[in-house]
Amino acid sequence: MSGPSTYVPKSALGRWFESRLPIGGLIHSSFVVYPTPKNLNYFWAFGGILSLMLVAQIITGVVLAMHYTPEATMAFSSVENIMRNVNYGWLLRYLHANGASMFFFAVYVHIFRGMFYGSYKAPREVLWILGVIIFLLMMATAFMGYVLPWGQMSFWGATVITNLFSALPGIGEPIVTWLWGGYSVDNPTLNRFFALHYLLPFMIVGVVILHVWALHVTGQNNPAGVEVKSVERDTVPFTPYATIKDAFAMVVFLILYSWFVFYVPNYLGDADNYIVANPLVTPAHIVPEWYFLPFYAILRSIPSKLGGVIAMFGSIAILAFLPWLDTSKIRSGRFRPLFQIFFFGFVIAAMGLGYLGSKPPEGAYVIAGRLLSVYYFAYFLVILPLLGLFETPRTLPATIADDVLAKGGSAILAGAAQAPSTKG
Amino acid sequence: MAEPTRRDFLYIATGAAAVVGVGSVAWPLVSQMNPDASTLALASTEVDVSSIAEDSILTVKWRGKPVFVRHRTAKEIQEAQSVATASLIDPQSDQDRVKQSTLAGKARPEWLVVIGVCTHLGCVPLGHQGDYDGWFCPCHGSQYDPSGRVRRGPAPKNLEVPTYAFTADTKLTIG
Ligand code: HEM
Ligand code: FES
Repeated sequence: MSGPSTYVPKSALGRWFESRLPIGGLIHSSFVVYPTPKNLNYFWAFGGILSLMLVAQIITGVVLAMHYTPEATMAFSSVENIMRNVNYGWLLRYLHANGASMFFFAVYVHIFRGMFYGSYKAPREVLWILGVIIFLLMMATAFMGYVLPWGQMSFWGATVITNLFSALPGIGEPIVTWLWGGYSVDNPTLNRFFALHYLLPFMIVGVVILHVWALHVTGQNNPAGVEVKSVERDTVPFTPYATIKDAFAMVVFLILYSWFVFYVPNYLGDADNYIVANPLVTPAHIVPEWYFLPFYAILRSIPSKLGGVIAMFGSIAILAFLPWLDTSKIRSGRFRPLFQIFFFGFVIAAMGLGYLGSKPPEGAYVIAGRLLSVYYFAYFLVILPLLGLFETPRTLPATIADDVLAKGGSAILAGAAQAPSTKG
Repeated sequence: MAEPTRRDFLYIATGAAAVVGVGSVAWPLVSQMNPDASTLALASTEVDVSSIAEDSILTVKWRGKPVFVRHRTAKEIQEAQSVATASLIDPQSDQDRVKQSTLAGKARPEWLVVIGVCTHLGCVPLGHQGDYDGWFCPCHGSQYDPSGRVRRGPAPKNLEVPTYAFTADTKLTIG
């Protein structure tokens, strides 16, 4: 969507540099003049929020690593030392631990946004799949990070999750031994998890760059789901419009983040993780971090070891096939009356699975877990493929500008476009 | 077919060197993750069983894992032996599970030695719990009988029996 940059630096030094490495022009065309659809709502602010959280995790993480010891007999006490003795150590650790939760909260909003507005549909399939890869890398990173404090949940979470691979016939056991570097989760496991926990966030940065690149090739989707027809009528420049809106959303998000960090820093954690890892005693209830609960509930719903593992990984992998499973030509859920019902059913099912994942696997919880797991998969494999064939969509607006005008935004729109600097 | 040229030779030789080179570097990179020599040099563990009263279980650590040494009651042994083996999830007779429990050729079925790792996803099951009064796994609800055999899933297999031997009346060597 962005044409060749017409950016010319103002200073002579800038021009000298630009003719040798045109990075200014790249930034200018990607984040200043880049055309963004006029009708974006606040759900579109979560991409920026996610980038902010990635940077926050890397900064707090690198600083924590300066005080942390990745060795089984010392890891737990080194984290306690961070909490009690290191200057502002409590703050850095709480920022990092709660930052992981906020990161996942934002990514779930971002994914549901894409699912409702059909952002995965052509021509954005590659963009979507890169997003699924980022999500997978985030899960691996957070899982390994949670092992580092070497508390009871760290140890037993690591044991249960690595043991998932033992379900593979034949090669399962050797793979688990290879992952552990021993016959149980122990010091070699902790040591390699630390190395990988340090590495993966930077791989995420790499995939995020590809994700944004793909985004800037196809352009953003928007709440109406119709493509930009005229850059003049349908879009506004990224700066100042999207920049200021994203910045405002980031500040609101940071208030929520700060509330967790300063008022309830352990609310999202598990008290058992303040007990040092003991390989001989399993805690009464092993519960993963909240952001893994829906998948954990799916795992436990299947009464077979291999089946449960396949269902759990399948529930994530299926996201990558979404562009081809949804047969409807209409992108935005706003114009699909039946889809809306099933979509909100899906959101409720996903949250319900999250709730069930935190409950002991017995009685009615198991039955409810099975029903919701069936709905989860049916949404992708049955509902979306069929809905596209049978549903009658509402009439789409011809252009993004028409969509905005239909909402009575004409006066504001005209005023803002003519005088961006006056208050209104 | 045209005569091979010097360029063809260089092309094939370079390609072959690349394949061998990648392979010989990739394997060490994968293999270094496996247990190292110090982990493999696994020590065996000695247990004094005289302190284990009838109807109680001692947990000892071996290779970083818990091992349960269970002193079974006559009733438990009798029940474990009378189960119809074919009906089990992982069919195995009780005699088979305690066949290493012998001293001077005499069977000692009161001693059951199993690795205390649930065969589902590796939690440590709790002794004297569950419907069979064997073990109950708190993680996903698997149940084992006093022979360590799985009676209710999701665990697919019986608790593993390590290599062990009684070297004296009260001395048990695991590993
Ligand atoms: C994608 C970004 C990241 C995520 C989602 C993430 C997640 C986590 C989580 C969930 C924990 C456990 C927190 C706790 O309960 O104590 C953790 C710990 C840790 N992380 Fe990260 N992390 C990220 C990036 C990094 C980076 C780049 C480093 C740099 C080395 C790092 C270093 C550490 C260290 C040293 C700990 C152990 C100290 C502690 O437990 O607070 N993290 N991480
Ligand atoms: S680990 Fe024991 S039931 Fe899952």
